Amino acid sequence: MVTIYERKPGLSRRELLKRGGAGALLIISGSAVISPEHAWALQTAALKPETMATLIQVARDIYPHDQVPDKYYAIAVKGHDETAAKDPAHKELIEKGIADLDKKAGSGGYRGLGWEEQRVALLKEIEKSPFFQAVRGGLVVSLYNQKEVWPIFGYEGESYSKGGYIARGFDDIEWL
Amino acid sequence: MAAQFDLNNDGVVVIIGSGAGGGTLGNELAQKGIDVVILEAGARHEYEDFINDEWDSFAQLAWKDKRTTSGDWRVAKDFPNLPAWIVKSVGGSTTHWAGASLRFQEHEFKTLSTYGKVKGANLLDWPVTLAEMEPYYAKAEAKMGVTGTNNWPRLPGNNNFKVLKAGADKLGYKECHTGNMAINSVQRDDRNSCQQTGFCFQGCKWGAKWSTLYTEIPKGEATGHLDVRPSSMAIKISHDASGKVTGVVYADKDGKLQEQKARIVAVAGNSIESPRLLLNSESSKFPHGLANSSGQVGKNYMRHTTGSVYAVFDKPVHMYRGTTMAGSIRDEARHDPSRGFVGGYEMETLSLGLPFMAAFLNPGGWGRSFTTALDHYDHMAGLWIVGEDMPREENRITLHKDEKDEHGMPIADVHFDDHPNDTAMRDHAYKQGQSLYAAVGATRTFPTPPYPSTHNLGTNRMSEKAADGVVNKHGQTHDIKNLFVSDGSQFTTGGAENPTLTIVSLAIRQADYIAARMSAKSI
Repeated sequence: MVTIYERKPGLSRRELLKRGGAGALLIISGSAVISPEHAWALQTAALKPETMATLIQVARDIYPHDQVPDKYYAIAVKGHDETAAKDPAHKELIEKGIADLDKKAGSGGYRGLGWEEQRVALLKEIEKSPFFQAVRGGLVVSLYNQKEVWPIFGYEGESYSKGGYIARGFDDIEWL
Repeated sequence: MAAQFDLNNDGVVVIIGSGAGGGTLGNELAQKGIDVVILEAGARHEYEDFINDEWDSFAQLAWKDKRTTSGDWRVAKDFPNLPAWIVKSVGGSTTHWAGASLRFQEHEFKTLSTYGKVKGANLLDWPVTLAEMEPYYAKAEAKMGVTGTNNWPRLPGNNNFKVLKAGADKLGYKECHTGNMAINSVQRDDRNSCQQTGFCFQGCKWGAKWSTLYTEIPKGEATGHLDVRPSSMAIKISHDASGKVTGVVYADKDGKLQEQKARIVAVAGNSIESPRLLLNSESSKFPHGLANSSGQVGKNYMRHTTGSVYAVFDKPVHMYRGTTMAGSIRDEARHDPSRGFVGGYEMETLSLGLPFMAAFLNPGGWGRSFTTALDHYDHMAGLWIVGEDMPREENRITLHKDEKDEHGMPIADVHFDDHPNDTAMRDHAYKQGQSLYAAVGATRTFPTPPYPSTHNLGTNRMSEKAADGVVNKHGQTHDIKNLFVSDGSQFTTGGAENPTLTIVSLAIRQADYIAARMSAKSI
């Protein structure tokens, strides 16, 4: 799971970076979600950065692939921020949806729940909601259609530019 | 050189659609010196323009205009506005099809006589027999370069086929090979042979797979008798006081309405658009739509009993490499009611890329049960089930009461309920497919639900008697002698086989009939 350090408890970003951290680590700074360890940051335009950080966790809980880094989940959900910037109704759908999950989760919020099963139980409750449908429906394209994730799954994509698979293993199965 | 006919030229045959039916009919007529205008709703993309990327290709080729759905089929829930995965582009769905080219079996032209009455099914014998179709099947196979016919070798088997074959052997199936595919296994017809590239559904960038786009259409154009107009959406077929059709009103590439006059009109827009156009052509003389005195236009919509089985193994497969559907088991295609259903089904290799696998493996699915399947994508093998479904009057295409498209034409609603025979067949096929893969060591199998329909059939059915259907044995409408139907909507029943070879054979036969009637001046 992803451990999130909020600014509120008193840890500065500098301090976080100094301490480093085990495993993946997302921090919120101003209007950005930052992964210092993996050197990427996602600037938000319309959604609160905390909302975006939670959305990234929700995305991973919907389509959990332990071998896929957070970066790709962040790329997969950033479209919601872009849509929210143009469409107030979409902004409200996402902000309210996340606020609702945080409320259901209790004092520590959605990201405070330690086990995937605990978070998935909350998602199950809202599975039929327009919020969940919008997030899952978008994600099935925006996550799996990233060419950068294909090699992680062993999918090689187009082969035409390489002359097809005729000389590159179309019939190379050996274990039958 | 491609012809350009005047809108007021009322001597031309106007064909609506440029796919397997329309594209073939257009070329066959042009070869006989008959002037033809093909109106194609989609744009013209040549094969070098095809995109080997599933979503980008879908955006380029698919028919994405909104449709609505109803009925108990799962597609209505998962893809409520995308009942069919077919094409809006010159070449129609022959750009997207997999190439499987199987003849119908003799009894499949005679389902009512063979199966007897089935409750809740509108079975009917075709007015043609296999014997009558055989010479045309032979012409179609020769035209399309079908492997395993005319001494053309079958395609080599890819990894996905090898898994299928090993399982078929374990189960004792006898008829398993790399199929009869309209994909060049050797260079012929000035086209490449298959380079095992995959992406057959996204348009063959080598031109190795037969498509009207780069065979029938340019050959027809070379005669000087064929005028293909892309981005031309047919809206209404016009008729005169005597009830003969006189032309087609269409929206041109700028959305401007035009009318092409015609001596004969042939409708080949696939089984959703063809009845939609006939229904939308209603008039005071034909208040229920053209050629609809039987009330059968739009009814008996069939989509084949389909489904897929994917399986995960402990070792790699890389099923996506190579020809997508070059693998077929025919043992279950027989009619054998002891299995608990009438009719039969084919099993054919199938693979999807990662993006479409995510979208179609279990639409709406999420969580670890779903994602651990995709985690083993490169260890997966897959097959498609394609079987005969029961025609039912209530499974039908209707015009939407309120919603209209950009040209003001009511959109189509597609209603489909599975018949108990369809469900029994699908369950049987899932079990066989799962057993097949288990027999070669699958650690997990997935009975995957039907995708949006690729085989859309039956909505202007062929019948001996005018009261039972829309067209006669030549695809000529019972009601209007210069109006024809030239696509899969003619099918009286669906058979177990992929429909394209039969559509092409019917189009070749229809061209002979139209030419003979034109020279006899009876049309």
